[in-house]
Amino acid sequence: MKTNSPNITSILQITGIRKAFPGVQAISRASFDLNPGEIHALVGENGAGKSTLIKILTGAHKADSGEVLLDGKLVSFGSPLEARRAGIAAIYQEFSLIPSLPVSANIFLGRENTTHGLISPRREIKDTIALFNRLGLKLDPETPVGNLSIAHQQLVEIAKALATKSQILVMDEPTAALAPHEVESLFGILRDLKSEGIGIIFIGHRLEEILEIADRVTVMRDGATIGTWNIGEITRAELISQMVGRPIEEEYPKSKAIFGETYFEVRGLTGGPVRDISFSARRGEILGLAGLMGAGRTEVVRLIFGADNKSDGQIIIGGEKCDINSPKDAIDCGICLLTEDRKAQGLILMASCRENFALPNLESWSHLGFVDSKREIDRFSERVRSLNIRLSSPEQRAEDLSGGNQQKLLVARWLETNFEVIIFDEPTRGIDVGAKHEMYLLINELAARGKVVIVISSDLLEILEIADRIIVMREGQISGEISDMATATQEKIMALAT
Amino acid sequence: MKNSYKIILSRFLSNYGMLGILIILGILFSILTLRDQYPSGEDAARSLSKVLSTYSHDSSILIISRDTGDDSLFATSLDKRLTDQGFNSIKIISGDPLTVRKQISALPDSEKVSLIATSYAAAPMAFSIKNEMPGFANTIITPPPPYRWPTFLLPDNLRNVANQIAVIAIMAIGMTLVIITAGIDLSVGSLIALSAVVTAWFVGQVGGESATFWGMVLSGLIGIVLCGVIGAFSGLMITRFRIPPFIATLAMMQVAAGFAYVISEGKPIYHLPESFILLGRGAEPFLKIPYAVILMIILYIAAHILMTRTTIGRYVYAVGGNMEAARLAGIRVKRILFFVYMLCGILAGLGGVVMASQLKSGAPTYGLTYELYVIAAVVVGGTSLSGGEGRIFGTLIGAFIIAVIQNGMNLTNVETYTQKIVLGLVILGAVLLDRLKQMGMGKK
Repeated sequence: MKTNSPNITSILQITGIRKAFPGVQAISRASFDLNPGEIHALVGENGAGKSTLIKILTGAHKADSGEVLLDGKLVSFGSPLEARRAGIAAIYQEFSLIPSLPVSANIFLGRENTTHGLISPRREIKDTIALFNRLGLKLDPETPVGNLSIAHQQLVEIAKALATKSQILVMDEPTAALAPHEVESLFGILRDLKSEGIGIIFIGHRLEEILEIADRVTVMRDGATIGTWNIGEITRAELISQMVGRPIEEEYPKSKAIFGETYFEVRGLTGGPVRDISFSARRGEILGLAGLMGAGRTEVVRLIFGADNKSDGQIIIGGEKCDINSPKDAIDCGICLLTEDRKAQGLILMASCRENFALPNLESWSHLGFVDSKREIDRFSERVRSLNIRLSSPEQRAEDLSGGNQQKLLVARWLETNFEVIIFDEPTRGIDVGAKHEMYLLINELAARGKVVIVISSDLLEILEIADRIIVMREGQISGEISDMATATQEKIMALAT
Repeated sequence: MKNSYKIILSRFLSNYGMLGILIILGILFSILTLRDQYPSGEDAARSLSKVLSTYSHDSSILIISRDTGDDSLFATSLDKRLTDQGFNSIKIISGDPLTVRKQISALPDSEKVSLIATSYAAAPMAFSIKNEMPGFANTIITPPPPYRWPTFLLPDNLRNVANQIAVIAIMAIGMTLVIITAGIDLSVGSLIALSAVVTAWFVGQVGGESATFWGMVLSGLIGIVLCGVIGAFSGLMITRFRIPPFIATLAMMQVAAGFAYVISEGKPIYHLPESFILLGRGAEPFLKIPYAVILMIILYIAAHILMTRTTIGRYVYAVGGNMEAARLAGIRVKRILFFVYMLCGILAGLGGVVMASQLKSGAPTYGLTYELYVIAAVVVGGTSLSGGEGRIFGTLIGAFIIAVIQNGMNLTNVETYTQKIVLGLVILGAVLLDRLKQMGMGKK
């Protein structure tokens, strides 16, 4: 283990940070340093204090005690703007881009160059091209940002952060929404930035990526930095046990479910970008749906769930044709869908955990339209206990839960419905190692109970490990199927996906 | 679960924090309108009988009053109280000055009057008698003693405030639901006019001034249902064709206003039965709470239950909080939206009937710019225009804040145009305060 001895060459040095919010000691002891031209990963479970630490660094929060040294000088930022001016650029998971504006206008948003109070779009485009050339990006500066893929939007966000001179780049889960090849090209850019001497703080949950790209890694747990290691001196398993504070026997628990009869079937499903999808799944089977971003995986499950209108195709459950025209119909047929974007499509953020939990079940918990609140709170308490959802009160806003707990809350409410088919769209995106593990156990348990489980994941390692069979999609169609999991590899999936 | 209580308390404060503003306004106007009050009727009799109890029971007392309802009540009540106290020579004379003088002159000289008890209305009369008529020079004139009390807090004034705001408050229930779904309904002002005109027109068709009770009920229902249909039509445009609520209801605002003018031919419709004003001006006999206010309270309780205890209420919040998430949780979003716009129309229709009853006529000019007051009541009441949050009783508080400001300014003789300026600033201030408080909470 490498200790954080004061380093003369480091551009950033954080020591002895403490930060409390009413009722919580968010950070009890945090130290961190960053060298120029280094990628330093910050890992830890949700709630470990990573984002609070980053917010202190970028001026969004003020530390109760401790020092932040930038280039050896003591600094204390009162606002994110001050941090930016000092050369610290941050990219958060939520993009700050305006979809309707072209790329170039987004890049210069908020610091437009004007002549006599007028903006020259042509000059912005020219400057954007220059910037893109420096970063090795090939994007059209005149396209509206909304027309770009998530990956390209991410690149625009990075370019925007680097348009002003920055010596430190903070990235919060930059790969969460990216497909493997997009991750590779992002990493290429990060390596270039490194060689320019920029220090990068990389927050992530995908350990294999961190092991690939980072130079050093610092683990946070329960509000404290546990230690810093050079990559190469620590294994994946060691990293995980440092994060969760105990050794984990197997990262991906295996499903031991016994397959039943073929229960769920999709025939000729067509709609939007999806064309003629047919597959079937057996009870107890975990069916993986893989493919690149935009291959139509999410669109397929949305069609199944009635979230979008299908132009053709049938859905057969237990040998019976189901007429599904809305999510309500799908739920009544025994299908549930855990959506990929839990904030936009899953939760009512401002509503309480209890209300979010109850939403799809209110009808069965009510008499003559009046909600049986005792039953509601009983069911809620039981699920919170059995799924180990951490919350301070049933009335806590869903918004205030960590990602993993939000995801568990959403799963919990589907478990209350009468379902036989459950679809998980990116169930572990943006959640920490501990919560991921619990999610896998839950998926396995559902399979063991004879449910049909369909899992979409962009994390190839994950899908290889948890699925019993994988269907690969490309351009809205099924491009292949991998049923022999013993010989399946990431390369095989990629070959079918591209 | 100590935490639970904390959260519930802080939610209560953020939901009903406007109650504090209402109370402050009430206190402010109470102080500003603190002045001598001259009691009348029963109250006057009570306080005057106390004053008179210090006089000898043998004094002969003459009670003078005008022949209005309140004054007669004063006279009979005082007579009864004094008799109970043991006074044995009491006489009542009431009527206009001429009659009173005549009757007094007719009094036999033997009945020398030592005390004249008078109501305020009759006091000038009593003094002129003392000054001008022989034999009264030594008579003591005792009007009821005045007392210091805020005009704002007089029961009559409070009833008036409640009755004045009832129409807006009733409509604001529907608007609250609409705004919780992140929508807006601009048509409610015009719907008042339409409902009032249609109701008055139908009453005219079923007999005009001689219309029966059920005839009037039926006419009112027709007005309400028609507004419900128009609300439902807005709902249909919004759900089926995804027309933004602002546009759909803006259009219906014009349509409804137009219909009101067409049906009434641009003129107010009068000739309604006397009993038609029961809903708008009548009051229950015990506490004298106006029927319109009772109706308003019942509707608020019902709406509160709807929003907190039923699936529909939960769905309304869910749809406003995150429409897509609500849909994906199996909620029939379109049905909910359709329902809230229909309900908003129905309640606006009901508001129109109440208003027609208050004014005993139906005119196409009713409810002009009321939509703004209704929206203001909802927003001041703490409902967020971005949807998903809001409380029914918050809206009632919001409506009362507006009513109290208007009433308070009337009582303190603030001019109408200035009132508008103040009202606008107060609405802004109330919402601003709420914002600042929430920002403070968010910051921790």
